[in-house]
Amino acid sequence: MAMTGVLRPGHAQIRVLDLEEGVRHYRDVMGLVETGRDAQGRVYLKCWDERDHNSVILRQAESAGLDFFGFKVLDKETLDKLDADLQAYGLKTERIPAGEMLETGERVRFLLPSGHFIELYSEKTTVGNGCGLVNPAPWSQESERGIGPVRLDHALLYGPNVAEVQKIFTDVLGFFLVERVLNPEGNANLAIWLSCSHKVHDIAFAEYPEPGKLHHCSFLMETWEEVLRAGDIMSMNKVPVDIGPTRHGVTRGCTIYAWDPSGNRFETFMGGYQPYPDYKEPLTWTFDNFGQGLDYPQRKLHETFMTVVS
Amino acid sequence: MFTVRIAETGESFQCSPTQSVLEGMVQIGRRGIPQGCRGGGCGVCKIEVVAGLFAHKAMSRSHITEEDQREGRVLACRIFPVSDLELRVLGNMKRSLGKQ
Repeated sequence: MAMTGVLRPGHAQIRVLDLEEGVRHYRDVMGLVETGRDAQGRVYLKCWDERDHNSVILRQAESAGLDFFGFKVLDKETLDKLDADLQAYGLKTERIPAGEMLETGERVRFLLPSGHFIELYSEKTTVGNGCGLVNPAPWSQESERGIGPVRLDHALLYGPNVAEVQKIFTDVLGFFLVERVLNPEGNANLAIWLSCSHKVHDIAFAEYPEPGKLHHCSFLMETWEEVLRAGDIMSMNKVPVDIGPTRHGVTRGCTIYAWDPSGNRFETFMGGYQPYPDYKEPLTWTFDNFGQGLDYPQRKLHETFMTVVS
Repeated sequence: MFTVRIAETGESFQCSPTQSVLEGMVQIGRRGIPQGCRGGGCGVCKIEVVAGLFAHKAMSRSHITEEDQREGRVLACRIFPVSDLELRVLGNMKRSLGKQ
């Protein structure tokens, strides 16, 4: 089997200022499927084509932002091994018992030097994508509701110590560096795009003085047409759009950035390319070309990209 | 419609009770009004209301502390006028509106 270790982003717990406003956005406008609510009042959702019980968890709180971002790993043995490896590397880990999140097994949580909580887990109840496992239909009613992304794809997080974060992901968790933006001096990475799979990014980080900030959670669409349609749906629902529709130079993704009703940025995107872990050199963007990296057609380093986070 | 006056520049604009003060302010057409997330989460549109009454939606405590709120320091994207208002600009907003 080619894919072992860390498999993919599995969940993001997002803080919202008003729970029902948040649910209306993620369920009715984004078109995610609501799969449960727990005793703490958290609301669980998933994208239609995801098979596991949840990928987006909303928690009402006094500040917006991201509580944690979780990755699914292959199995229990992998979870135990990665926990031991993280500890051997010098990071403190915490075990969160199975069931603390609905339909989710034990989680290993640790704090990155960028101020973000990352989790690993190996078990989450399979609920399927609604198309069945025998002679399945290619899509269902759920995929045609709202924006309808196929999966939670990645997140971009802002915080300090990006070089340290890169080492943890590459040396301990088995990710590889796909692309990077250099700082103005050209002697360190200002932003990094990391993959644990065949995707251009499973997670990305950018250097920022304040720790623990969310830049965006990203949702995958299947076509450019669907990204444009997502833009139409955003406007119909007065969702504030930040950037796009346009294409990123970095990753070649075709994108729209917008904000949920609590000011958490999200992305609907498609495209990119398929990197392999044997690619020796990451693609590199110099700081003076960051504008093209962000918005290739407009060649513009939008100010909000650098300054607006939650 | 209510009249909202910006103390620093003397400019004023009309704002309906269903429209956020930030939306109203953007209609003056001045460049550089910092429009961030427009959901009370990012904090770039922080202002101080020095006179008048307004309704508000939830604002992130990372940017508006309880003391801020008591003293009228709020996010323009989350407040709605209930009377004429006079406001002062703060932070990012001050930098952009300061440029004449």
